[in-house]
Amino acid sequence: MADTLVHDVAAPPPVEASRRPPRVRRTPTTYVLRLVATAYLFFLVAWPVSLVATNTFEDGLGSIRALLEDPDIVVALQLSVYVAFFSVVINTLFGVGMSLLLVRYEFPGKRLLNALLDLPLSVSPIVVGLALVLAYGGRNGWLGPTLAGWGLDIIFSTPGIIMATTFVALPLMIREIVPVLEEVGIEQEQAAQSLGASGLQCFRRITLPSIKWGIVYGVVLTLARSLGEFGAVKVVSGNVLGQTRTATLVVEEKYLNFDQQAAYATAFLLAMVSVACIVIVAIIRPKNHG
Amino acid sequence: MSIEVSGLNKKFGDFVALDDVNVSIPTGRLTALLGPSGGGKSTLLRIIAGLEKADTGSVTIEGVEATHLPAQKRNVGFVFQHYAVFKHMTVAKNVAFGLEIRKKSKAEVAARVDELLALVHLSQFAHRLPSQLSGGQRQRMALARALAVEPSVLLLDEPFGALDAKVRKELREWLRRLHDEVHVTTIFVTHDQEEALEVADEIVVINEGRVEQVGTPDQLYDDPANDFVMSFLGEVTHLAGTAVRPHDIDVATSPLFAGAVEGTVARMVRVGFEVRLVVLTVAGEEVSVVLTRTHARSLGIEEGATVWLTVTAGATVVPSMRPSLAG
Repeated sequence: MADTLVHDVAAPPPVEASRRPPRVRRTPTTYVLRLVATAYLFFLVAWPVSLVATNTFEDGLGSIRALLEDPDIVVALQLSVYVAFFSVVINTLFGVGMSLLLVRYEFPGKRLLNALLDLPLSVSPIVVGLALVLAYGGRNGWLGPTLAGWGLDIIFSTPGIIMATTFVALPLMIREIVPVLEEVGIEQEQAAQSLGASGLQCFRRITLPSIKWGIVYGVVLTLARSLGEFGAVKVVSGNVLGQTRTATLVVEEKYLNFDQQAAYATAFLLAMVSVACIVIVAIIRPKNHG
Repeated sequence: MSIEVSGLNKKFGDFVALDDVNVSIPTGRLTALLGPSGGGKSTLLRIIAGLEKADTGSVTIEGVEATHLPAQKRNVGFVFQHYAVFKHMTVAKNVAFGLEIRKKSKAEVAARVDELLALVHLSQFAHRLPSQLSGGQRQRMALARALAVEPSVLLLDEPFGALDAKVRKELREWLRRLHDEVHVTTIFVTHDQEEALEVADEIVVINEGRVEQVGTPDQLYDDPANDFVMSFLGEVTHLAGTAVRPHDIDVATSPLFAGAVEGTVARMVRVGFEVRLVVLTVAGEEVSVVLTRTHARSLGIEEGATVWLTVTAGATVVPSMRPSLAG
């Protein structure tokens, strides 16, 4: 029976050829478009951000060192990392579940839910902060006094900051995973089922590995957004020095107090974390992905 | 009987996919579900696999009532048209999946995977990713993966539908030989009558959610239950109120037999050894006729000639369901 199949061995792997991008013809338009895109990105993004870096290092590493010696700023940085960590964990768990719900199931009100999930992106973070204060404010919030009665302070405390940050970064994970889930389809899961896999085995061994890169990108975006959140946090945190002041609030405060060197240094640290995330992902992601 | 399907109904909204389907699939045979696209054959297969739920009716697999059993408990192997390979696993891991789920020992899994990869001629690709395989190779891998768990039934949903014609032909011959080796009860869905006639022991013809006929390829071809089955299994033309195959019509240049239908040759096309005629009868019917080049030449047929048509003695005919222009 081998006779009809032997040539498979000699056949070149068919994928290599199709993965090569099609040849692009270079015309003057190509160069004009390239120039426009480069100039646009340079003046809007690269140049201003690079100025933060140059300003930070105007007199060497001194400003960074000064920053790390100020205990209040260290606490603020730690708080930012702490808040971002919880925001990422919560949004990852919620995002994976919600994405599965949106892609794999039909239910009444699905479109409404879908629209609602984009709300955090379209609403100003200040509004988010105010809404949370209205709902969870300790003295006259809608749910706040009850929770305060149980000894749980939300607003002007870390839980409030985490909630505000999580709220603002909520759609990022879902918007990364949903298209991946849609592209993967359900056939692999059905195949796993017919091979005897239970729902949990199916999720762990098939679904999760297939959406892995969607989750990684979602984590990076959520982390960057959470570290950088300012407006909503400013409203709900109370901005207490050394307690509920996050790194972004430090930047503003230092800047307004004419301590521009510290403001630039903190801003630089925040920017570096985001750049580092993107670089790490670019390095570790498999070549045939994205 | 390996699989008993009775009283199966399935609707998608207003669309009736299956309408009171009753079928018995024999053990150890290769059975084809044949029919046009959208006729309900894939739905039937997916209900047997447990990937779709029937509205009413029951499915029994190997004597076990399976109607409400989830897919993972049915012990069926399912092969998808688009392979459904686990993209993040190597070929060997794909094949091992069902065995690992069943918590077999490492050595046992490795031995079984080796054996199966040899069976589907993919041994040298064990450590590649599916994306490095061709379509035909991926489908063979999917087949090995389904066979790994020693399913009581193997279900294939248009398994060669996504492959190009040459590979498709090779693979179906290979599937036939594979089945002769492993003898697992197999059902495959196809809309290609040639594929069904060539590969299957038994064919179930399904159209518009209903079973039109069940039988061996010879039975279906020689004794079709109705016009639909006959036309689906091969070319059909209509002569004097009966459906008949174009090569089963005798052409004469004079009215030799009683009941011969008179007509004129409207078109004549020669393809290789074959000559295809379209004859316009006096009653206004258009009849297709196929004869050999030699025969056509010996009769001296050309466009515009007057001929008399009769159905060859012993030919398969069924009453035409098409409204006859003559009647």
